[in-house]
Amino acid sequence: MTTAILAADARTPARTRTTPNPIPFTRILGVELRKMFDTRSGFWLMASIGILAVIATGAVILFAPSDEVDYSAFASAIGIPMTIILPMIAVLSVSSEWSQRSALTTFTLVPSRARVIGAKALLTVAVGVVSMLVALGVGAVGNVIGSALAGVDQSWNVSPTEFAQIVLADGIGMLMGFMLGVLLRNSPAAIVGYFVYALVLPGISGALASANDWWDQHGAWFDLNWASNRLYDNSLTGEMWAQLGVTTLLWLVLPLAIGLRFLMRAEVK
Amino acid sequence: MINVESLTKKYAGFTAVDDVSFTARPGRVTGFLGPNGAGKSTTMRVMVGLTPASAGEVTILGRRFADLPDPGREVGVLLDASAQHAGRTGREILTIAQRTMGLPKSVVDETLERVSLTESEAGRRVRNYSLGMRQRLGIGVALIGDPEVLILDEPANGLDPAGIRWMRDLLRGFADDGGTVLLSSHLLHEIEVIADDLVVIGNGRIVAEGTKDSLLAAGGTLVRSADPAALAAALTAAHIGHTSADRGALLVDAELAVVGQTAFAAGVPLVELRAADGAGLEEMFLTLTAESQRDSITDPEGAAA
Repeated sequence: MTTAILAADARTPARTRTTPNPIPFTRILGVELRKMFDTRSGFWLMASIGILAVIATGAVILFAPSDEVDYSAFASAIGIPMTIILPMIAVLSVSSEWSQRSALTTFTLVPSRARVIGAKALLTVAVGVVSMLVALGVGAVGNVIGSALAGVDQSWNVSPTEFAQIVLADGIGMLMGFMLGVLLRNSPAAIVGYFVYALVLPGISGALASANDWWDQHGAWFDLNWASNRLYDNSLTGEMWAQLGVTTLLWLVLPLAIGLRFLMRAEVK
Repeated sequence: MINVESLTKKYAGFTAVDDVSFTARPGRVTGFLGPNGAGKSTTMRVMVGLTPASAGEVTILGRRFADLPDPGREVGVLLDASAQHAGRTGREILTIAQRTMGLPKSVVDETLERVSLTESEAGRRVRNYSLGMRQRLGIGVALIGDPEVLILDEPANGLDPAGIRWMRDLLRGFADDGGTVLLSSHLLHEIEVIADDLVVIGNGRIVAEGTKDSLLAAGGTLVRSADPAALAAALTAAHIGHTSADRGALLVDAELAVVGQTAFAAGVPLVELRAADGAGLEEMFLTLTAESQRDSITDPEGAAA
């Protein structure tokens, strides 16, 4: 037991210590961005945005009738896979911390959960915007090549306003994924939840609308899919914008607030 | 320095941690001992802010964990070696920690070397790691920020004997450099070889606390005879307190010489006479935590093994 006694006596620290500086938010952003790419699933999810954009563009060039080769054809062909992939990225950025239990390390290195989740939210939006710009570029290249091959004049029939509306619609879809990740904190459940929201509910709502006059008239006040899908093709009236606002508040903002409240206090296991 | 003050954690229907207070001092390895479900992990999760406390407070280096500006550089934490994204490589997990703490890149290689993970092991994904490799990686994440305090939950789980010896030397060196180490275990023998101080917990309450030496010294004398009944009768006649231990041995509250003299005077031949060392602590550990044990104890040595 001599060693223990010696150890207890030699208690003076070998190093002089200074309190480290607080972790800057930019560092958290950098680490969280890295974590979106550093697994196989994360990497291929990101890569698939570019890959699917190129495939969709190629498909339009190959299969679309030459009188329909215009920019909006490329935009919608690229847009459809993006509406699925972007929300998945958003879901997993939050839910995988719990499903993979890496949250234990994440929150012992950065105890402020608000900063970590805030960084993830910012990055989700940033990834969405960058992806849309990539899609815009790939679609433009496709339009130039496709028009030349089809022998038609280039038609740039997507206005900046329309593009902004598409970005907004995809952004809402992405944030719905983020919200489900925060609320459920479980990857399979949140992914299933997203598909129920994006693919199952519109069918039910549509069936209800054809059977029930009241829902047909007023459903857009309650159905976020209904209200937000108009962003892809219409110029919206004031009422439509109001419906979009109300449904977003009901289905996105409110559950996100509840989910965040639980996430901040919940036990991390 | 870790200071736990009147910590209580209640869940609906039961109290996992009940008014626990203790201090883990710098320069010492403090062993946190208790059977499964005694509240060790809950206490440690509360320490690092992953679980909110119902009452009481924990300070580490004088602050609450959440108030540490860059916790990884002051407190190394390993709560569950398997709680990592299975799709990341070992090197990537260390890199994330290195970047979060804003450390130079070189610390990743230094840490891999320190925890004896090879270059090719570091490049493998964690889902292909054995539990022992995960423990080494987890200890690496805890050490990478060159902290002053270590909080390790069951770090010896899954390590082979050589690995346990390695960890013992590592923690000894860490404490000798002035660091504070708190490590938990449900195995007395495992913690006995590493710890300087012991905190024993059962059913969420602290049941014993002190330096290992003082807790071991309280063991008294262990004596064994071919005729335990005669020996017990002789001790009772001499007004010496005793309890029966395993395989006919007796634990006696008296010094070796007194016990030997008593047996000699009564003409009872002995087959073993020694200081109980630990046997008392083990008895205490098993009895004091008996309520939370899942198995009834018939043979203390077998149950402790």
